[in-house]
Amino acid sequence: MRTTFINTLRDLARKDERIFLITIDMGYSVLEQFREEFPDRFLNTGIAEQNAIGVAAGLALSGKIVYVYSIIPFVTMRCFEQVRLDLAYNNANVKLVGIGAGMTYGPFGASHHSIEDIAIMRSIPNMTVLCPGDPIETEQLTRQSYEIKSPVYIRLGKNGEPKIHSEETKIKLGHATQVTEGNDLILITTSNMLEKGKKWVDEWKEEGISVRLISMHTIKPFDVQTVKELIDYNIPIITLEEHNIIGGLGSAVAEVIAESGKAVSFKRIGVPDKYSHYVGSHEFQREKFGIAKKPDIKFRK
Amino acid sequence: MQTDENEKLKTLANTIRKHVLNMVMYAQSSHIGASYSIVEILVALYTNILKIDPKNPTDPYRDKFLLSKAHGSTALYAVLAEVGFFPLEYLNRYYVNDSILPGHLDRESVPGIEFSMGSLGHGLSVGVGMAIANRQTKNPGCIFVLLSDGECNEGSVWEAIMLASHLKLANLNVIVDYNKIQSFGRTNEVINQEPVLDRWRAFGWDVCEVDGHNFDRLLDALRAPHTRPKVIIAHTVKGKGVSFMEDTLDWHYKSPNKEQYEQAMHELENLD
Repeated sequence: MRTTFINTLRDLARKDERIFLITIDMGYSVLEQFREEFPDRFLNTGIAEQNAIGVAAGLALSGKIVYVYSIIPFVTMRCFEQVRLDLAYNNANVKLVGIGAGMTYGPFGASHHSIEDIAIMRSIPNMTVLCPGDPIETEQLTRQSYEIKSPVYIRLGKNGEPKIHSEETKIKLGHATQVTEGNDLILITTSNMLEKGKKWVDEWKEEGISVRLISMHTIKPFDVQTVKELIDYNIPIITLEEHNIIGGLGSAVAEVIAESGKAVSFKRIGVPDKYSHYVGSHEFQREKFGIAKKPDIKFRK
Repeated sequence: MQTDENEKLKTLANTIRKHVLNMVMYAQSSHIGASYSIVEILVALYTNILKIDPKNPTDPYRDKFLLSKAHGSTALYAVLAEVGFFPLEYLNRYYVNDSILPGHLDRESVPGIEFSMGSLGHGLSVGVGMAIANRQTKNPGCIFVLLSDGECNEGSVWEAIMLASHLKLANLNVIVDYNKIQSFGRTNEVINQEPVLDRWRAFGWDVCEVDGHNFDRLLDALRAPHTRPKVIIAHTVKGKGVSFMEDTLDWHYKSPNKEQYEQAMHELENLD
Protein backbone atom coordinates (compact mmCIF):
# COMPACT_ATOMS: atom_id res chain seq x y z
CA MET A 1 0.00 0.00 0.00
CA ARG A 2 2.80 2.43 0.77
CA THR A 3 4.29 1.96 -2.70
CA THR A 4 0.89 2.58 -4.26
CA PHE A 5 0.47 5.63 -2.07
CA ILE A 6 3.80 7.21 -2.95
CA ASN A 7 3.45 6.48 -6.66
CA THR A 8 0.01 8.09 -6.61
CA LEU A 9 1.33 11.08 -4.70
CA ARG A 10 4.19 11.54 -7.18
CA ASP A 11 1.66 11.51 -9.97
CA LEU A 12 -0.45 14.15 -8.19
CA ALA A 13 2.64 16.22 -7.40
CA ARG A 14 3.56 16.38 -11.07
CA LYS A 15 0.20 17.97 -11.78
CA ASP A 16 -0.04 20.26 -8.76
CA GLU A 17 3.00 22.10 -7.49
CA ARG A 18 1.26 22.92 -4.21
CA ILE A 19 1.74 19.34 -3.05
CA PHE A 20 4.39 19.09 -0.33
CA LEU A 21 5.65 15.97 1.44
CA ILE A 22 6.96 15.97 4.99
CA THR A 23 8.54 12.90 6.50
CA ILE A 24 9.32 12.55 10.16
CA ASP A 25 12.57 10.77 9.30
CA MET A 26 10.74 7.73 7.94
CA GLY A 27 10.40 6.27 4.47
CA TYR A 28 13.76 4.67 3.73
CA SER A 29 13.49 2.93 0.32
CA VAL A 30 10.02 4.48 -0.17
CA LEU A 31 10.33 8.27 -0.43
CA GLU A 32 13.67 8.69 -2.22
CA GLN A 33 12.18 9.08 -5.69
CA PHE A 34 9.79 11.77 -4.51
CA ARG A 35 12.71 13.59 -2.89
CA GLU A 36 14.75 13.42 -6.08
CA GLU A 37 11.89 14.55 -8.29
CA PHE A 38 10.63 17.34 -6.03
CA PRO A 39 13.55 18.38 -3.81
CA ASP A 40 12.03 21.75 -2.90
CA ARG A 41 8.72 20.14 -1.97
CA PHE A 42 10.15 17.49 0.31
CA LEU A 43 11.16 18.07 3.92
CA ASN A 44 12.53 15.74 6.56
CA THR A 45 11.77 17.44 9.88
CA GLY A 46 13.89 14.97 11.79
CA ILE A 47 12.48 12.86 14.58
CA ALA A 48 10.24 15.59 15.93
CA GLU A 49 6.57 14.78 15.42
CA GLN A 50 5.02 17.74 17.23
CA ASN A 51 7.04 20.18 15.19
CA ALA A 52 6.35 18.30 11.95
CA ILE A 53 2.60 18.72 12.35
CA GLY A 54 2.88 22.41 13.26
CA VAL A 55 5.17 23.01 10.28
CA ALA A 56 2.67 21.19 8.06
CA ALA A 57 -0.10 23.47 9.34
CA GLY A 58 2.00 26.56 8.62
CA LEU A 59 2.67 25.33 5.08
CA ALA A 60 -1.00 24.52 4.56
CA LEU A 61 -2.08 27.97 5.70
CA SER A 62 0.35 29.33 3.14
CA GLY A 63 -1.45 27.48 0.34
CA LYS A 64 0.36 24.13 0.27
CA ILE A 65 -1.30 20.73 0.23
CA VAL A 66 0.79 18.83 2.72
CA TYR A 67 1.18 15.09 3.22
CA VAL A 68 2.96 13.99 6.41
CA TYR A 69 4.41 10.49 6.44
CA SER A 70 5.40 8.27 9.36
CA ILE A 71 4.49 5.11 11.24
CA ILE A 72 0.94 5.38 12.58
CA PRO A 73 1.54 5.86 16.33
CA PHE A 74 4.05 8.62 15.67
CA VAL A 75 2.02 10.59 13.13
CA THR A 76 -1.19 10.42 15.15
CA MET A 77 -0.59 9.92 18.87
CA ARG A 78 2.89 11.32 19.54
CA CYS A 79 1.70 14.66 18.18
CA PHE A 80 -1.96 14.40 19.04
CA GLU A 81 -2.47 17.94 20.30
CA GLN A 82 -0.88 19.38 17.19
CA VAL A 83 -3.22 17.20 15.12
CA ARG A 84 -6.19 18.37 17.16
CA LEU A 85 -5.40 22.09 17.24
CA ASP A 86 -3.02 22.93 14.40
CA LEU A 87 -4.77 20.72 11.86
CA ALA A 88 -8.35 20.07 12.93
CA TYR A 89 -9.26 23.26 14.81
CA ASN A 90 -7.56 25.35 12.14
CA ASN A 91 -9.03 23.12 9.42
CA ALA A 92 -5.64 22.93 7.72
CA ASN A 93 -5.18 21.16 4.40
CA VAL A 94 -2.86 18.47 5.74
CA LYS A 95 -3.02 14.74 5.13
CA LEU A 96 -1.57 12.39 7.72
CA VAL A 97 -0.28 9.20 6.15
CA GLY A 98 0.31 6.42 8.66
CA ILE A 99 2.06 3.17 7.88
CA GLY A 100 1.57 -0.04 9.84
CA ALA A 101 -2.15 -0.54 10.57
CA GLY A 102 -2.85 -2.69 13.59
CA MET A 103 -0.07 -5.15 14.33
CA THR A 104 1.63 -4.81 10.94
CA TYR A 105 4.92 -4.22 12.75
CA GLY A 106 4.34 -7.49 14.64
CA PRO A 107 7.67 -8.32 16.33
CA PHE A 108 8.59 -4.65 16.83
CA GLY A 109 6.21 -4.65 19.76
CA ALA A 110 3.25 -2.60 20.95
CA SER A 111 5.10 0.73 20.66
CA HIS A 112 4.84 0.34 16.89
CA HIS A 113 1.37 -1.22 16.78
CA SER A 114 -1.68 0.95 16.23
CA ILE A 115 -4.91 -0.22 17.78
CA GLU A 116 -6.27 3.11 19.03
CA ASP A 117 -5.80 5.37 16.02
CA ILE A 118 -9.20 4.95 14.35
CA ALA A 119 -11.05 5.69 17.57
CA ILE A 120 -8.96 8.75 18.26
CA MET A 121 -8.99 10.17 14.77
CA ARG A 122 -12.67 9.71 14.13
CA SER A 123 -13.52 11.68 17.27
CA ILE A 124 -11.82 14.80 15.91
CA PRO A 125 -14.07 17.39 14.23
CA ASN A 126 -13.09 18.31 10.63
CA MET A 127 -11.04 15.09 10.26
CA THR A 128 -11.69 12.64 7.43
CA VAL A 129 -10.57 9.08 8.20
CA LEU A 130 -9.62 6.74 5.36
CA CYS A 131 -8.67 3.10 5.90
CA PRO A 132 -7.97 1.49 2.54
CA GLY A 133 -7.77 -2.28 2.44
CA ASP A 134 -5.89 -2.93 -0.77
CA PRO A 135 -3.83 -1.10 -3.42
CA ILE A 136 -6.95 -0.28 -5.48
CA GLU A 137 -8.54 1.50 -2.56
CA THR A 138 -5.23 3.11 -1.62
CA GLU A 139 -4.72 4.62 -5.03
CA GLN A 140 -8.22 5.98 -5.47
CA LEU A 141 -8.59 7.24 -1.90
CA THR A 142 -5.21 8.96 -2.10
CA ARG A 143 -6.42 10.77 -5.20
CA GLN A 144 -9.67 11.70 -3.49
CA SER A 145 -7.88 12.87 -0.33
CA TYR A 146 -6.19 15.47 -2.50
CA GLU A 147 -9.59 16.93 -3.41
CA ILE A 148 -10.52 17.48 0.24
CA LYS A 149 -9.44 20.86 1.57
CA SER A 150 -9.47 19.85 5.25
CA PRO A 151 -7.37 17.40 7.28
CA VAL A 152 -7.42 13.72 6.34
CA TYR A 153 -5.95 10.69 8.07
CA ILE A 154 -4.94 7.84 5.75
CA ARG A 155 -4.31 4.56 7.56
CA LEU A 156 -2.15 2.27 5.47
CA GLY A 157 -0.80 -1.22 5.91
CA LYS A 158 2.73 -1.70 4.71
CA ASN A 159 3.78 -3.41 1.54
CA GLY A 160 2.80 -6.46 -0.45
CA GLU A 161 -0.96 -6.41 0.19
CA PRO A 162 -2.78 -8.15 -2.69
CA LYS A 163 -5.40 -6.46 -4.82
CA ILE A 164 -8.83 -7.57 -3.64
CA HIS A 165 -10.84 -5.42 -6.03
CA SER A 166 -10.62 -5.58 -9.79
CA GLU A 167 -8.78 -2.78 -11.55
CA GLU A 168 -12.08 -1.39 -12.81
CA THR A 169 -13.66 -1.05 -9.36
CA LYS A 170 -14.63 2.52 -8.59
CA ILE A 171 -13.90 3.41 -4.98
CA LYS A 172 -15.86 6.38 -3.68
CA LEU A 173 -14.77 8.15 -0.53
CA GLY A 174 -17.56 8.09 2.05
CA HIS A 175 -19.32 5.14 0.39
CA ALA A 176 -18.80 1.52 1.37
CA THR A 177 -17.74 -0.84 -1.41
CA GLN A 178 -19.42 -4.21 -1.76
CA VAL A 179 -16.98 -6.98 -2.62
CA THR A 180 -19.23 -10.05 -2.73
CA GLU A 181 -22.96 -10.79 -2.77
CA GLY A 182 -24.35 -13.04 -0.05
CA ASN A 183 -27.52 -13.89 1.82
CA ASP A 184 -26.44 -15.72 4.94
CA LEU A 185 -24.16 -13.22 6.62
CA ILE A 186 -22.81 -9.72 6.22
CA LEU A 187 -19.11 -9.16 6.93
CA ILE A 188 -17.92 -5.56 7.10
CA THR A 189 -14.16 -5.03 7.17
CA THR A 190 -11.97 -1.98 7.29
CA SER A 191 -8.34 -1.23 6.57
CA ASN A 192 -5.92 -4.13 6.29
CA MET A 193 -8.50 -6.74 7.33
CA LEU A 194 -10.10 -6.66 3.88
CA GLU A 195 -7.72 -9.37 2.70
CA LYS A 196 -8.52 -11.54 5.72
CA GLY A 197 -12.23 -10.92 5.29
CA LYS A 198 -12.10 -11.99 1.65
CA LYS A 199 -10.28 -15.18 2.65
CA TRP A 200 -12.96 -16.00 5.24
CA VAL A 201 -15.71 -15.33 2.71
CA ASP A 202 -14.06 -17.70 0.26
CA GLU A 203 -13.80 -20.37 2.97
CA TRP A 204 -17.44 -19.93 3.92
CA LYS A 205 -18.40 -20.20 0.30
CA GLU A 206 -16.82 -23.64 0.15
CA GLU A 207 -18.98 -24.58 3.12
CA GLY A 208 -22.06 -23.42 1.25
CA ILE A 209 -22.47 -20.20 3.18
CA SER A 210 -22.82 -17.05 1.13
CA VAL A 211 -21.46 -13.88 2.68
CA ARG A 212 -21.97 -10.30 1.62
CA LEU A 213 -18.56 -8.67 2.07
CA ILE A 214 -18.42 -4.93 2.53
CA SER A 215 -15.20 -2.90 2.59
CA MET A 216 -15.71 0.12 4.83
CA HIS A 217 -12.66 2.02 3.65
CA THR A 218 -13.99 5.35 4.85
CA ILE A 219 -14.56 5.56 8.58
CA LYS A 220 -15.38 9.25 8.53
CA PRO A 221 -17.65 10.47 7.07
CA PHE A 222 -19.27 7.15 7.95
CA ASP A 223 -21.58 5.57 5.39
CA VAL A 224 -24.63 5.42 7.64
CA GLN A 225 -26.99 4.86 4.73
CA THR A 226 -25.30 1.64 3.61
CA VAL A 227 -25.28 0.26 7.14
CA LYS A 228 -29.01 1.03 7.46
CA GLU A 229 -29.62 -0.88 4.25
CA LEU A 230 -27.54 -3.79 5.51
CA ILE A 231 -29.60 -3.92 8.70
CA ASP A 232 -32.71 -4.35 6.57
CA TYR A 233 -31.41 -7.64 5.12
CA ASN A 234 -32.11 -9.01 8.60
CA ILE A 235 -29.16 -11.40 8.54
CA PRO A 236 -26.25 -11.40 11.03
CA ILE A 237 -23.70 -8.61 10.73
CA ILE A 238 -20.07 -9.05 11.73
CA THR A 239 -17.44 -6.31 11.75
CA LEU A 240 -13.76 -7.11 11.37
CA GLU A 241 -10.90 -4.75 12.09
CA GLU A 242 -7.30 -4.86 13.28
CA HIS A 243 -7.97 -2.23 15.90
CA ASN A 244 -9.17 -2.13 19.46
CA ILE A 245 -12.70 -3.44 19.79
CA ILE A 246 -13.48 -0.08 21.42
CA GLY A 247 -14.04 2.89 19.19
CA GLY A 248 -13.31 1.61 15.71
CA LEU A 249 -15.38 0.17 12.86
CA GLY A 250 -17.40 -2.09 15.15
CA SER A 251 -18.38 0.82 17.36
CA ALA A 252 -19.34 2.94 14.36
CA VAL A 253 -21.59 0.19 12.99
CA ALA A 254 -23.03 -0.47 16.46
CA GLU A 255 -23.99 3.19 16.74
CA VAL A 256 -26.00 2.98 13.54
CA ILE A 257 -27.67 -0.27 14.58
CA ALA A 258 -28.52 1.10 18.02
CA GLU A 259 -30.21 4.16 16.55
CA SER A 260 -31.98 2.25 13.78
CA GLY A 261 -34.73 1.00 16.07
CA LYS A 262 -34.20 -2.45 14.61
CA ALA A 263 -32.76 -5.60 16.12
CA VAL A 264 -30.15 -7.54 14.21
CA SER A 265 -27.68 -10.23 15.21
CA PHE A 266 -24.35 -8.42 15.49
CA LYS A 267 -20.77 -9.20 16.48
CA ARG A 268 -17.63 -7.12 16.56
CA ILE A 269 -14.31 -8.81 15.87
CA GLY A 270 -11.17 -6.89 16.74
CA VAL A 271 -8.33 -6.57 19.22
CA PRO A 272 -9.79 -7.34 22.67
CA ASP A 273 -8.75 -4.13 24.45
CA LYS A 274 -5.25 -5.41 25.20
CA TYR A 275 -1.71 -4.52 24.27
CA SER A 276 0.34 -7.27 22.74
CA HIS A 277 3.06 -8.75 24.87
CA TYR A 278 3.43 -11.55 22.35
CA VAL A 279 6.59 -11.75 20.29
CA GLY A 280 6.03 -12.68 16.71
CA SER A 281 4.94 -11.84 13.22
CA HIS A 282 1.93 -9.86 12.07
CA GLU A 283 -0.07 -13.03 11.47
CA PHE A 284 1.14 -14.51 14.75
CA GLN A 285 -0.17 -11.44 16.59
CA ARG A 286 -3.52 -11.84 14.85
CA GLU A 287 -3.67 -15.46 15.93
CA LYS A 288 -2.95 -14.55 19.54
CA PHE A 289 -5.73 -11.95 19.50
CA GLY A 290 -8.20 -14.33 17.87
CA ILE A 291 -8.63 -12.43 14.63
CA ALA A 292 -6.69 -14.76 12.35
CA LYS A 293 -9.28 -17.50 11.87
CA LYS A 294 -12.88 -17.08 10.92
CA PRO A 295 -15.35 -17.38 13.78
CA ASP A 296 -17.42 -20.48 14.25
CA ILE A 297 -20.93 -19.32 13.56
CA LYS A 298 -24.09 -21.38 13.70
CA PHE A 299 -26.18 -20.54 10.67
CA ARG A 300 -29.89 -21.01 10.28
CA LYS A 301 -30.33 -23.48 7.45
CA MET B 1 13.81 57.94 16.84
CA GLN B 2 12.11 61.34 16.76
CA THR B 3 10.84 62.29 20.20
CA ASP B 4 7.32 62.99 19.00
CA GLU B 5 7.16 59.60 17.22
CA ASN B 6 8.30 57.95 20.42
CA GLU B 7 5.66 59.86 22.38
CA LYS B 8 3.02 58.75 19.88
CA LEU B 9 3.96 55.11 20.40
CA LYS B 10 3.92 55.55 24.17
CA THR B 11 0.49 57.11 23.98
CA LEU B 12 -0.78 54.26 21.82
CA ALA B 13 0.68 51.72 24.25
CA ASN B 14 -1.14 53.43 27.07
CA THR B 15 -4.37 53.40 25.08
CA ILE B 16 -3.92 49.67 24.52
CA ARG B 17 -3.47 49.14 28.26
CA LYS B 18 -6.69 51.03 28.95
CA HIS B 19 -8.56 48.93 26.38
CA VAL B 20 -7.20 45.77 27.97
CA LEU B 21 -8.18 46.94 31.45
CA ASN B 22 -11.72 47.67 30.26
CA MET B 23 -11.98 44.30 28.54
CA VAL B 24 -10.69 42.32 31.48
CA MET B 25 -12.87 44.33 33.89
CA TYR B 26 -16.03 43.90 31.86
CA ALA B 27 -15.45 40.21 31.15
CA GLN B 28 -13.87 39.47 34.55
CA SER B 29 -11.26 37.45 32.71
CA SER B 30 -7.67 36.51 33.55
CA HIS B 31 -4.21 37.13 32.08
CA ILE B 32 -4.04 40.92 32.25
CA GLY B 33 -0.44 40.68 33.46
CA ALA B 34 0.53 38.60 30.45
CA SER B 35 -1.11 41.12 28.13
CA TYR B 36 0.59 44.10 29.75
CA SER B 37 4.08 42.67 29.35
CA ILE B 38 3.75 42.53 25.54
CA VAL B 39 2.08 45.86 24.77
CA GLU B 40 5.19 47.70 23.56
CA ILE B 41 6.27 44.67 21.50
CA LEU B 42 2.91 44.55 19.73
CA VAL B 43 2.73 48.30 19.21
CA ALA B 44 6.25 48.35 17.75
CA LEU B 45 5.42 45.49 15.39
CA TYR B 46 2.06 46.76 14.19
CA THR B 47 3.04 50.41 13.75
CA ASN B 48 6.56 50.15 12.35
CA ILE B 49 7.58 46.63 11.37
CA LEU B 50 4.88 44.39 9.92
CA LYS B 51 4.08 44.91 6.26
CA ILE B 52 0.35 44.47 6.55
CA ASP B 53 -2.74 46.21 5.29
CA PRO B 54 -5.79 46.04 7.55
CA LYS B 55 -7.92 46.62 4.46
CA ASN B 56 -6.39 43.59 2.74
CA PRO B 57 -5.71 41.25 5.66
CA THR B 58 -5.23 38.13 3.51
CA ASP B 59 -2.74 39.66 1.07
CA PRO B 60 -0.50 36.66 0.25
CA TYR B 61 2.63 38.82 0.42
CA ARG B 62 1.94 40.21 3.90
CA ASP B 63 4.14 39.69 6.90
CA LYS B 64 2.56 37.34 9.41
CA PHE B 65 2.47 37.64 13.19
CA LEU B 66 1.70 34.71 15.47
CA LEU B 67 0.91 35.29 19.13
CA SER B 68 1.95 31.88 20.38
CA LYS B 69 1.31 32.99 23.97
CA ALA B 70 -2.33 33.36 22.99
CA HIS B 71 -3.41 34.11 26.55
CA GLY B 72 -2.14 37.63 25.84
CA SER B 73 -5.04 37.94 23.40
CA THR B 74 -6.55 41.12 24.86
CA ALA B 75 -3.44 43.12 23.99
CA LEU B 76 -3.48 41.76 20.43
CA TYR B 77 -7.19 42.47 19.99
CA ALA B 78 -6.71 46.03 21.20
CA VAL B 79 -3.79 46.60 18.83
CA LEU B 80 -5.59 45.05 15.86
CA ALA B 81 -8.62 47.24 16.51
CA GLU B 82 -6.49 50.39 16.92
CA VAL B 83 -4.68 49.83 13.62
CA GLY B 84 -7.94 49.13 11.81
CA PHE B 85 -8.44 45.40 11.38
CA PHE B 86 -11.90 45.59 12.97
CA PRO B 87 -14.04 48.17 14.75
CA LEU B 88 -12.98 49.32 18.21
CA GLU B 89 -16.47 48.48 19.48
CA TYR B 90 -15.60 44.78 19.08
CA LEU B 91 -13.38 45.17 22.14
CA ASN B 92 -16.60 45.38 24.16
CA ARG B 93 -17.53 41.99 22.76
CA TYR B 94 -14.85 39.84 24.35
CA TYR B 95 -15.10 36.62 26.40
CA VAL B 96 -18.76 36.95 27.45
CA ASN B 97 -21.72 35.01 26.06
CA ASP B 98 -22.46 35.50 22.39
CA SER B 99 -19.54 37.87 21.88
CA ILE B 100 -16.90 37.85 19.15
CA LEU B 101 -13.46 37.64 20.69
CA PRO B 102 -12.57 34.46 22.61
CA GLY B 103 -10.13 34.17 25.52
CA HIS B 104 -7.59 32.52 23.25
CA LEU B 105 -7.22 32.97 19.51
CA ASP B 106 -9.63 31.73 16.86
CA ARG B 107 -8.68 32.72 13.33
CA GLU B 108 -12.34 32.60 12.34
CA SER B 109 -13.22 35.32 14.86
CA VAL B 110 -11.84 38.53 13.30
CA PRO B 111 -9.46 39.53 10.49
CA GLY B 112 -5.81 39.71 11.51
CA ILE B 113 -5.71 36.50 13.53
CA GLU B 114 -3.36 34.31 11.51
CA PHE B 115 -3.76 31.09 13.45
CA SER B 116 -6.04 29.62 16.10
CA MET B 117 -4.01 29.01 19.22
CA GLY B 118 -4.23 28.68 22.97
CA SER B 119 -2.12 25.73 23.99
CA LEU B 120 1.52 26.72 24.43
CA GLY B 121 4.31 25.43 22.22
CA HIS B 122 2.43 25.48 18.91
CA GLY B 123 3.14 28.86 17.33
CA LEU B 124 6.80 28.55 16.46
CA SER B 125 6.33 25.33 14.48
CA VAL B 126 3.53 26.95 12.52
CA GLY B 127 5.74 29.97 11.91
CA VAL B 128 8.52 27.72 10.66
CA GLY B 129 6.07 26.16 8.19
CA MET B 130 5.00 29.61 6.98
CA ALA B 131 8.62 30.71 6.63
CA ILE B 132 9.47 27.60 4.60
CA ALA B 133 6.49 28.19 2.32
CA ASN B 134 7.43 31.84 1.75
CA ARG B 135 11.03 31.04 0.99
CA GLN B 136 10.09 28.25 -1.41
CA THR B 137 7.74 30.53 -3.36
CA LYS B 138 10.06 33.57 -3.14
CA ASN B 139 7.38 35.39 -1.17
CA PRO B 140 9.02 38.37 0.58
CA GLY B 141 6.68 38.16 3.59
CA CYS B 142 8.43 37.68 6.93
CA ILE B 143 7.15 35.69 9.89
CA PHE B 144 7.16 36.99 13.47
CA VAL B 145 6.35 34.76 16.43
CA LEU B 146 5.93 35.96 20.00
CA LEU B 147 6.65 33.31 22.64
CA SER B 148 6.35 33.53 26.39
CA ASP B 149 9.28 32.58 28.57
CA GLY B 150 7.32 29.84 30.30
CA GLU B 151 6.30 28.53 26.91
CA CYS B 152 9.94 27.66 26.27
CA ASN B 153 9.45 24.80 28.76
CA GLU B 154 7.69 23.03 25.89
CA GLY B 155 9.86 20.54 24.01
CA SER B 156 8.06 21.33 20.76
CA VAL B 157 9.50 24.87 20.88
CA TRP B 158 13.01 23.43 20.80
CA GLU B 159 12.11 21.07 17.97
CA ALA B 160 11.08 24.12 15.96
CA ILE B 161 14.17 26.08 17.01
CA MET B 162 16.36 23.23 15.73
CA LEU B 163 14.62 22.96 12.38
CA ALA B 164 14.56 26.73 11.79
CA SER B 165 18.30 27.05 12.25
CA HIS B 166 18.99 23.89 10.25
CA LEU B 167 17.08 25.44 7.35
CA LYS B 168 18.65 28.89 7.99
CA LEU B 169 15.25 30.57 7.82
CA ALA B 170 16.31 34.20 7.60
CA ASN B 171 12.68 35.27 7.16
CA LEU B 172 11.78 34.07 10.65
CA ASN B 173 11.82 36.28 13.74
CA VAL B 174 11.02 35.32 17.30
CA ILE B 175 10.46 37.58 20.27
CA VAL B 176 10.50 35.99 23.73
CA ASP B 177 8.44 37.86 26.30
CA TYR B 178 10.83 37.30 29.17
CA ASN B 179 8.66 38.56 32.03
CA LYS B 180 10.07 35.91 34.35
CA ILE B 181 6.78 34.75 35.80
CA GLN B 182 4.81 31.74 34.64
CA SER B 183 1.69 29.93 35.81
CA PHE B 184 2.86 28.72 39.18
CA GLY B 185 5.89 30.77 40.02
CA ARG B 186 9.07 32.54 38.92
CA THR B 187 10.11 31.19 35.54
CA ASN B 188 13.63 30.28 36.54
CA GLU B 189 12.47 28.74 39.80
CA VAL B 190 9.89 26.54 38.08
CA ILE B 191 12.50 25.33 35.61
CA ASN B 192 15.66 27.23 34.92
CA GLN B 193 15.94 28.87 31.49
CA GLU B 194 19.32 30.48 31.94
CA PRO B 195 21.51 31.13 30.14
CA VAL B 196 18.66 31.96 27.74
CA LEU B 197 20.75 33.77 25.13
CA ASP B 198 23.44 31.11 25.08
CA ARG B 199 20.85 28.41 24.61
CA TRP B 200 19.36 30.02 21.50
CA ARG B 201 22.83 30.90 20.22
CA ALA B 202 23.97 27.32 20.65
CA PHE B 203 21.01 26.23 18.54
CA GLY B 204 22.23 28.45 15.70
CA TRP B 205 20.09 31.57 15.98
CA ASP B 206 20.99 35.24 15.78
CA VAL B 207 20.43 36.46 19.31
CA CYS B 208 19.95 39.80 20.99
CA GLU B 209 18.34 41.07 24.18
CA VAL B 210 16.48 44.30 24.75
CA ASP B 211 14.32 46.15 27.24
CA GLY B 212 10.93 45.00 25.96
CA HIS B 213 9.26 48.24 26.99
CA ASN B 214 11.70 50.56 25.22
CA PHE B 215 10.53 51.41 21.71
CA ASP B 216 13.93 52.59 20.46
CA ARG B 217 15.63 49.40 21.55
CA LEU B 218 12.79 47.17 20.33
CA LEU B 219 12.66 48.77 16.89
CA ASP B 220 16.42 48.65 16.46
CA ALA B 221 16.38 44.97 17.32
CA LEU B 222 13.41 44.20 15.09
CA ARG B 223 15.01 46.04 12.15
CA ALA B 224 18.46 44.50 12.52
CA PRO B 225 19.21 42.44 9.40
CA HIS B 226 19.96 38.76 9.83
CA THR B 227 20.97 35.83 7.67
CA ARG B 228 19.69 33.18 10.05
CA PRO B 229 16.53 33.04 12.16
CA LYS B 230 16.59 35.79 14.76
CA VAL B 231 15.43 35.81 18.36
CA ILE B 232 14.96 38.90 20.47
CA ILE B 233 14.91 38.18 24.17
CA ALA B 234 12.71 41.01 25.43
CA HIS B 235 13.10 41.69 29.13
CA THR B 236 9.65 42.69 30.27
CA VAL B 237 7.63 43.19 33.41
CA LYS B 238 4.49 41.19 33.92
CA GLY B 239 1.60 43.59 34.53
CA LYS B 240 3.69 46.53 33.27
CA GLY B 241 2.00 49.91 33.63
CA VAL B 242 -0.10 49.40 36.75
CA SER B 243 1.87 49.56 40.00
CA PHE B 244 0.08 46.87 41.95
CA MET B 245 0.01 44.45 39.01
CA GLU B 246 3.68 44.72 38.12
CA ASP B 247 5.81 41.61 38.61
CA THR B 248 3.18 39.62 40.49
CA LEU B 249 1.93 36.09 39.92
CA ASP B 250 -1.55 37.07 41.17
CA TRP B 251 -2.31 39.15 38.10
CA HIS B 252 -1.77 36.20 35.82
CA TYR B 253 -5.14 35.12 37.18
CA LYS B 254 -7.03 37.90 38.91
CA SER B 255 -9.69 40.16 37.47
CA PRO B 256 -9.91 43.64 38.93
CA ASN B 257 -12.69 44.63 41.31
CA LYS B 258 -14.17 48.12 41.10
CA GLU B 259 -11.57 49.76 43.34
CA GLN B 260 -8.69 48.07 41.62
CA TYR B 261 -10.10 49.02 38.25
CA GLU B 262 -10.38 52.66 39.27
CA GLN B 263 -6.90 52.79 40.68
CA ALA B 264 -5.44 51.10 37.61
CA MET B 265 -7.30 53.44 35.26
CA HIS B 266 -6.19 56.41 37.32
CA GLU B 267 -2.55 55.36 37.00
CA LEU B 268 -2.86 54.82 33.26
CA GLU B 269 -4.57 58.16 32.73
CA ASN B 270 -1.82 59.91 34.64
CA LEU B 271 0.66 58.50 32.13
CA ASP B 272 -1.06 60.27 29.22
